[in-house]
Amino acid sequence: MTYSLNKGKTVAALAVTAALIAGPSFAQDAATPASVAKETAYVFNTLLFLIGGFLVMFMAAGFAMLEAGLVRSKNVSMQCLKNIALYSIAGIMYYWIGYNLMYTGVDGGVMGTFSLFGYGFDEVGKGADGSYSTASDWFFQMAFVAATASIVSGTVAERLKLWPFLIFTVVLTGIIYPISGSWHWGAGFLKEAGFNDFAGSTIVHSVGGWAALVGAIVLGARKGKYTADGRVVPMLASNIPLATLGTFILWMGWFGFNGASQLAMGTIGDVSDISRIFANTNLAAAGGVVATLILMQIMYGKLDVTMALNGALAGLVSITAEPLTPGPLAAILIGAAGGGIVVFAVPLLDKLKIDDVVGAIPVHLFAGIWGTIAVVFTNSGATLTAQLYGIACYAVFTVVFSAIVWLALKYTIGIRVSEEEEALGLDRSEIGVEAYPEFTFGRG
Amino acid sequence: MKFVVAIIKPFKLDEVREALSAIGVQGLTVTEVKGYGRQKGQSEIYRGAEYAVQFVPKLKLEIAVDSSVVPQVVEAIREAAGTGQIGDGKVFVLDLEQSMRIRTGETGAEAL
Repeated sequence: MTYSLNKGKTVAALAVTAALIAGPSFAQDAATPASVAKETAYVFNTLLFLIGGFLVMFMAAGFAMLEAGLVRSKNVSMQCLKNIALYSIAGIMYYWIGYNLMYTGVDGGVMGTFSLFGYGFDEVGKGADGSYSTASDWFFQMAFVAATASIVSGTVAERLKLWPFLIFTVVLTGIIYPISGSWHWGAGFLKEAGFNDFAGSTIVHSVGGWAALVGAIVLGARKGKYTADGRVVPMLASNIPLATLGTFILWMGWFGFNGASQLAMGTIGDVSDISRIFANTNLAAAGGVVATLILMQIMYGKLDVTMALNGALAGLVSITAEPLTPGPLAAILIGAAGGGIVVFAVPLLDKLKIDDVVGAIPVHLFAGIWGTIAVVFTNSGATLTAQLYGIACYAVFTVVFSAIVWLALKYTIGIRVSEEEEALGLDRSEIGVEAYPEFTFGRG
Repeated sequence: MKFVVAIIKPFKLDEVREALSAIGVQGLTVTEVKGYGRQKGQSEIYRGAEYAVQFVPKLKLEIAVDSSVVPQVVEAIREAAGTGQIGDGKVFVLDLEQSMRIRTGETGAEAL
């Protein structure tokens, strides 16, 4: 009680301070919150991008730990290498080509400016004319593209060669993601068509999910995963604590992912919306976990920690397309439906013999589609037609483009390690560094 | 001399060791092993797919004793390691041809 009273006072004090800073020329009527001086808003907006950016950047660690925990012990150090490599490649590609392609000169079209000269940041000691530092926005958006690439690495783990994966990452983060991202976030044709995707259920997660799905199909399942008589052979996670830590890191990073996608923090309205987004984001993740727990108990009579972890992430992906307008109950239900999707989609993919090592396709693709559709339940500005149109555009473009890249790699340099190398584990066969050299015995 | 090999449930080790000490067994060797018997392992579910745990973790005890105490040793293991449930394990008794204490060179029953 005391706490909430103090909190109320703080807000009031901030409002007074803001009004004072703004001065008489910015005086507002009583119905709307007072706004701050342009420079103050610039600082707060930029700060939002920076804080959101490093939260999303740390999701790279979350993905790395989640994947390291869910692959078998003989492939762990390779998975860690792929993750730090993809994060770095994503950053460079997004500087070099991606950001311009996504954000400059899109103007309702299908892509932005193609330039080989990289993105120009603000001069040292100077800000841009707009309402935030351009470098802060670049940093924030760069962390998103890295998340897309991380989604792919988990699905195709344990049998994909390192260099073909890195080449795919170059294309995904430098071209596929920026072009498709420009359609909505770069004010391209989908923005004009009324498509809504607040923080990227489709733009980030489904794009990564589609690329991963195509990769998994072109690559084929891990050897021994599906038997000739139709059985699924589980390949057990090597480290549940790491996978759990990775999920919690992703969950935390998601507050930056969704919260900072408000893109502004210079007014009481914005910062209140960000707070509401934090609350909804957390509730959706919790809903995803609880739904997974209940469904697993009912369907299998037994809980499975890896499914609960997937459930949290599916809840988060589901709320990402619209984390602001749902009420708390709606947020829980949207997340819960995402968790439900995971419980049904993981065995379904196995039936189709699509080997998704970490469950990234149910989590990022299926829950991403669900979240994008769910926008229409709470956001009166969204229409089902526009949402489905957007989902279809991203599906066709990403599937076709990534299929071309995966197939080109497959029939040139080859994408898959040999059977013997796969059995030995990529840690030893590809890079010669084992994650757990004291404990592995060649059987992973 | 006889060589007693017992496969037991891992959590029963302490009770078995105490029971064997109580009847004067001087030493034993323990190895962590995996195997299956008539139940052919157990069934588990991982990410919605059922699978068999074909090899269940067990402990293998190896005990070299004088032939005269074998009935007591086998009975002590049975009493200490038994739970009445499936998977309690097995005891095998083999002939032991020779033994030697490396430090002193003693052989036969003296070396046990």
